[in-house]
Amino acid sequence: MFPRLHFAVCFTAVLGPTLVHTLCPDTADGYKVRLSIKTALGDDAYKWDESEMFLFRATLAFAMRKYNQKPYEVSDVLVCNETQRVSFWFVVTDPENTSELISGKDVERAVRISRNRINNAFLLTDETLEFLNIPPTLAVPAESGTPPWLIVFGVVIGVVGVGIIALLISSFIQKRRKKGVTEGEEEDCEEEACDKGNGVSHPVEEGADGVNRGFVGDIPFTKL
Amino acid sequence: MPFLSRTCERPKWDNKIQYLLTCIGFAVGLGNVWRFPYLCQIYGGGAFLIPYLIALVFEGLPLLYLELAIGQRLRMGSIGVWNSISPYLGGVGMASMVVSFLVGMFYNTILAWVLWYFFHSFQNPLPWRSCPVFNLTGKSVEECELSSPVNYFWYRETLNITPNIETSGSLQWWLVICLATAWCIVYVCFIRGIETIGKAAYITATFPYLVLTIFLVRALTLPGAMTGLKYLFTPQWEILKNPRVWLDAATQIFFSLSLAFGGLIAFSKVNCLIQDAIIVGCINSATSIYASIPIFAILGFKANSNYEDCLNNNILSLTNAFNMGDQNITIENYETWLTYLNTSDPTKVANLHLKVCDLQTFLDQSASGTGLAFIVFTEAVIKMPGSQVWSVLFFIMLFTLGLSSMFGNLEGVLTPLLDLKLVPTCIPKEIFTGFMCLVYFIFSFIFALGSGNYWLEIFNSYVGSVPLLVIAFFEITAVSYVYGINRFSDDIEWMTGRRPNIFWQANWRVISPLMLLVVLLAYVVIQAMQELTYSAWNPNYVDFPMYEVLPYPGWVCAICVLLSTVPCILIPLVALYRFVHFLKKRVERLRAPSFYENEGYVSDM
Repeated sequence: MFPRLHFAVCFTAVLGPTLVHTLCPDTADGYKVRLSIKTALGDDAYKWDESEMFLFRATLAFAMRKYNQKPYEVSDVLVCNETQRVSFWFVVTDPENTSELISGKDVERAVRISRNRINNAFLLTDETLEFLNIPPTLAVPAESGTPPWLIVFGVVIGVVGVGIIALLISSFIQKRRKKGVTEGEEEDCEEEACDKGNGVSHPVEEGADGVNRGFVGDIPFTKL
Repeated sequence: MPFLSRTCERPKWDNKIQYLLTCIGFAVGLGNVWRFPYLCQIYGGGAFLIPYLIALVFEGLPLLYLELAIGQRLRMGSIGVWNSISPYLGGVGMASMVVSFLVGMFYNTILAWVLWYFFHSFQNPLPWRSCPVFNLTGKSVEECELSSPVNYFWYRETLNITPNIETSGSLQWWLVICLATAWCIVYVCFIRGIETIGKAAYITATFPYLVLTIFLVRALTLPGAMTGLKYLFTPQWEILKNPRVWLDAATQIFFSLSLAFGGLIAFSKVNCLIQDAIIVGCINSATSIYASIPIFAILGFKANSNYEDCLNNNILSLTNAFNMGDQNITIENYETWLTYLNTSDPTKVANLHLKVCDLQTFLDQSASGTGLAFIVFTEAVIKMPGSQVWSVLFFIMLFTLGLSSMFGNLEGVLTPLLDLKLVPTCIPKEIFTGFMCLVYFIFSFIFALGSGNYWLEIFNSYVGSVPLLVIAFFEITAVSYVYGINRFSDDIEWMTGRRPNIFWQANWRVISPLMLLVVLLAYVVIQAMQELTYSAWNPNYVDFPMYEVLPYPGWVCAICVLLSTVPCILIPLVALYRFVHFLKKRVERLRAPSFYENEGYVSDM
């Protein structure tokens, strides 16, 4: 049932010379095309019918013309093995000699040059309109000289470096100023009997009545 | 009256909000946003919350209250405090210092990673949005195609990770300069002093909550978020049998409240937080849970989109092979179609090598480990409008959270060194701090190697776990049984006006030490029998992008054991040293007793 349907489709799809059986699909010079219209367009998907196929063949003829300026016609693009998927094989014949096929490499180059136009004719993208074995052409990404992150890094490390130097200098200057004052303070400490418990020096806390507050903490525990 | 300044007075009404914000700022750190979700994810989400909450109530809060009270009462650094309780326990302070040092090494590496992402947030489009493409062929890097741009950016462009821990790889120069920047910033802020940073803390305390709420709202609107949340909140009871969960829950509490690091005791010398210990502890845990909600929502979204991609790939293969109409097979009817096609043409289906798509596997596998927060939040950021702004804000928030914890860490190392008089007094404090930062920087080169992330996980799991529990155990027993609970309760009554109630007494005396001991013993016994494994990122792995589970080689296992035991060994070593010193003195006194020697003044040192 299925193979016969294929055969019938091939017949009706190709309007042209009866060389279709021998030339298509020629796997050396032919390419398989696969469309995923519903995936691309969802609810706006159009139905794939003969007019769409005609458009495809016309677009491909356009791409070939753009490539080597020969007067390609719609009839030079032969299509076969169409399936429900939608997928099919196509080959391109030479307009001057319809029994000769254009080589696969030329077809590939032509498709790659006009890929964007072909995609747009069908409102599809590189992923949804696949030419198997023809890689998509991508725009060359813009390359900047210095990676931007190094610039940000440079700014941050510059600010931090300046900060460190400024702080070290300012604390050094402050210490120098303090030295004059602290020499007087250290003498005071010796007069008042600094509490040097546990290796940490606290000046003794004195209240207005001259009581040594250093022992206040133990008051609750001193029992008579 | 001057002597009342030693008690903990509650601040007046107009200062209340400022005071609360300081408490909150103190409670929230990197551990809440980075470490808690990563532990939660390892243990399958919901199950981790139970031991976590139990550990909070029975171990975290009692120890927090204890450290704050003892620091406020004895007014000394961590070494001085334990020395004055008993000279034989001086090792506890030293163990805290060693743990602080080891944690500081890897903690700042996380800040270096944050800086790296921050530097990259100033580009349009963000570099982790799409895979890098080879110019001519139009194909993107295979490693990126198989995993995701965000994972690729983390594992390849940030870490340049090696397939296993034995391969060290080379020093990644970009990570070294980020580390240098991070250490310089820490140094600048540290010598400037916490006081000026303290004013900015009012903004930095509320800022994380604002950013997390924004991410939460965005995350909940993503498809698949609910899957993630269900994963977070449904407990898997079997996990509770693994003692490692209980250990990690306790250590997470300690890590995030900075208990057993020594920094809290030093902090409490100056600030009085005893009355609000409970509030601080609870806000901390609530923030951890609040931070994990957007993370798990995004994990759910990631897993869901990975799952759908997997299914869509299978559907495409089937559609192409059987030449069926486009979109005839959808995600909903995939199963029915698969069974039908399998019965009609099984060899053709088998030749397609369809992947098995399981949502649960994707949830477990889509992101885990120390990079979880980075992967998940960068994924969320690219889904928001104005991605660069959110990215910058998020990484500034992470950096400020981590920076305040680094201060505590540095304090925990510097103050004991100064107390032990190991620092010659001729060197000014700034130069010595600079020297310390340089030493830290050089040591953290380990984490800038290709295998650096594996080493960081080792440090995180083995330094930030067992030693903390051992130190905590000794702290509680020291205060409860050597210093005396009654004396301690009297101190607290004098400082705050209220005696601690039966809950605290029961915990300090019995429950906390017992729980810590049980968890430790169970962990040691079970770990000793198991092989230690880790998850590696290996692009050549058969099941890539799944993580490859590899065992640690022998020498790495030895290092793990060393990391866990060296801080703990200090406690008995110091006790032994003091005991030997005591014996020597005893022997000397017996040999030549001096009538003029007044033993009443024999120093405790």
